[in-house]
Amino acid sequence: MRELLELLEHDARRPVSELASMLGQSEYEVEKDINKLEKDKVILSYNTLINWEKFGDDTVTAIIEINLTPQREVGFDAIAERIYRFDEVRTVYLMSGSFDLLVIIEGKSLKDVANFVATRLSTIDGVTATRSHFMLKAYKKDGVIIDDEERDRRLVVTP
Amino acid sequence: MSMKETTDWSQRLSPGVNAIAPSGIRKFFDIAAQMEDVISLGVGEPDFVTPWSIRESCIYGLEQGYTSYTANRGLPELREEIVNSYKKSDNLTYDANTEVLVTVGCSEALDLALRAIISPGDEVLIPEPCYVSYQACTTLAGGVPVPVAAKLENEFRITPDELEEHVTPRTKVLLIGYPNNPTGAIMTRKDLKAIADFATRHDLIVISDEIYGALTYGGEKHIAFSSLPGMQERTLLLNGFSKAYAMTGWRIGYALGNKTIISAMTKIHQYTMLCAPITAQLAAVEALRHGEKYMKKMVAEYDRRRKLIYDGLTKMGLPCFEPKGAFYIFPDITSTGYDSNGFAEALLQAEHVALVPGSAFGASGEGHVRCSYATSIDKIAEALNRIENFLKHHKK
Repeated sequence: MRELLELLEHDARRPVSELASMLGQSEYEVEKDINKLEKDKVILSYNTLINWEKFGDDTVTAIIEINLTPQREVGFDAIAERIYRFDEVRTVYLMSGSFDLLVIIEGKSLKDVANFVATRLSTIDGVTATRSHFMLKAYKKDGVIIDDEERDRRLVVTP
Repeated sequence: MSMKETTDWSQRLSPGVNAIAPSGIRKFFDIAAQMEDVISLGVGEPDFVTPWSIRESCIYGLEQGYTSYTANRGLPELREEIVNSYKKSDNLTYDANTEVLVTVGCSEALDLALRAIISPGDEVLIPEPCYVSYQACTTLAGGVPVPVAAKLENEFRITPDELEEHVTPRTKVLLIGYPNNPTGAIMTRKDLKAIADFATRHDLIVISDEIYGALTYGGEKHIAFSSLPGMQERTLLLNGFSKAYAMTGWRIGYALGNKTIISAMTKIHQYTMLCAPITAQLAAVEALRHGEKYMKKMVAEYDRRRKLIYDGLTKMGLPCFEPKGAFYIFPDITSTGYDSNGFAEALLQAEHVALVPGSAFGASGEGHVRCSYATSIDKIAEALNRIENFLKHHKK
């Protein structure tokens, strides 16, 4: 099932017939495996990696380092939850090192994001400091090179 | 005095060159290169770009000023790595100083081997279908190529009985290439053992082109011919980095063999090529030291494509044997009424899918076409659709 997952991770739109061929299984078996993996939440969702900038959107992405005071019993989890429930928050990681949470936020404008940090994040009880870094350019995302110029340079027919 | 305009320059060429037929692939290349939306299953090289860590190590080498000649035999650290890799994979012991020669691609190694061994008129047994260079290089070296047809019903593996029929007192060399281009055939240990006995019986030198050795599927592992009992001394093992590490354009390969033959090859090499490019040698060192994980990933991907294309071709009624190595599949197209040239040409014109007629790989390839699956899944799927469409409308 690892191979099936790797194939889907790379391209979730592959037809089941194709997957079945590549895995040497029947379509029924592949369907069954996928259903099970979905049910078990091994497959969380099928996303599409979109270059919104190319589409014409001018979104702003900020990476925020957040320092927290951990709480009794729950540690960082409760505050992390308060943060990740916001739609504006795309990603939240608990980190080792000089800060505790790494939060990635997307907004329509610089002001929009700054405002969100100032009014929603900094004010949460337990947040002791935030540092915002605005992203200037994405080169690679989730293993995909954004402007990949590597193309097939081979001759059409060779021995 | 002016030169006569009617000079036939071809008469001034060496008879050896004139004796070689131009490659049967050229014509298709010319047509396909003109087409816009052609999908090519005709490419004999990986579609992957060389893994970045290998490319990066070459760039670093250039920055550090590695731009000189190397020892004729190749960088000592590269020879060490090559020897180590065979110790690990096949428990073979070669001496890095005297039994290894780094060459400009496996192709140079083949040329050197034949030139070092062949006297005029010596016969070279060549199982066919096979890579296009075997016959030509034999002829250029003054030898006589003796094709031996491998059969589809035997999954294109060669047997001693088939070889035996073609042995004469002039037979000197057996030249084999497994995993095979164009058929995708491999030889099991048992198959190879039989060939080893045959080689011993007739005291032949075996040139074993193992350039696709890293690319085998379905749990079958490639076996170096030299690793069979008693074979190391009489075998010249040729390999390179092109297919395993997607490094075709780097032109880097090597030969492993007994020190007498390797020194003879080195003699020719030092006067003709001097040494393989240092840039490629540095990259090759990195490939052997850290490239295995990238290679395994590529092999896994080829394997998926292999299953897809085998399934597709079989379902549309083209009989083929399931390839076990390299990245080719060799379907039988006789049911369509075409010969292999006609099929390849008609398919290219009608559906813009390029592949290579089997006859380009020797007479016994007639009735087949070679499809390379070193191309993306999407392209393979589209090519299969087009071939199916072609079969519906063009059966003779």
